[in-house]
Amino acid sequence: MLIRVTAETLEPGEAIASVASPRAGAINVFLGVVRDNNLGRSVHFLDYEAYPTMAEKVMREIAEESIARFGFEDVAVLHRTGRLEIGETSLLIAVSSGHRAASFDGGHWLVNEIKKRVPVWKKEVWADGESWVEGPESLGMQAPSHR
Amino acid sequence: MGSVAYNEPMQITVLLFASVAERAGTRRFTLELDEPTTVASARDAILARYPSILPFVPNLMYALDEEYARDQDTVTPNSTLALIPPVSGG
Repeated sequence: MLIRVTAETLEPGEAIASVASPRAGAINVFLGVVRDNNLGRSVHFLDYEAYPTMAEKVMREIAEESIARFGFEDVAVLHRTGRLEIGETSLLIAVSSGHRAASFDGGHWLVNEIKKRVPVWKKEVWADGESWVEGPESLGMQAPSHR
Repeated sequence: MGSVAYNEPMQITVLLFASVAERAGTRRFTLELDEPTTVASARDAILARYPSILPFVPNLMYALDEEYARDQDTVTPNSTLALIPPVSGG
């Protein structure tokens, strides 16, 4: 199980290799990337802060829970910190699974739980100011479908 | 644990993050408290020292030694209490 909070660039290849298993029929990868807008405002860049030791601990708990719930072979969860430019990857998840259905369902569950529970915060920086984002809801994570 | 000695001074480490750290102007400090202490009473002592963070309190969660904690949980000597604003990772 690869779990990491880091200021370094997140590399999907490393996560994919870490979850590879001869029992897996599917490896599903999710990248959370920095978008240039949020709630109608133009975003310049994001600044992520973490409580790194606790964040890794909670990420590990969620990853273990996902293995128990969805029967994954292995899980990788990596979160980046520091200044991230538009298009850069802030969250990287890879899961390996016997079959694809669990990898999609469980991958989605993992992203949601990480956004709810892991002590990481993002600050949005605009051309004319900045603000800490408070809570996952403000990012529309609970919106069930496209707006 | 056995019986607790009352009114014994103890120290804990307090960690602040994100919006709360910016408002308080600090990220980490040591707090002296009397035993026994709960998360709620530690919070009162923190607010006495940094009243500027009062507006954040309704939305705060707490972690004791890297585990989410409740108001009534006991704070033990040398533990680390983190104030956790609403998380927004991902």
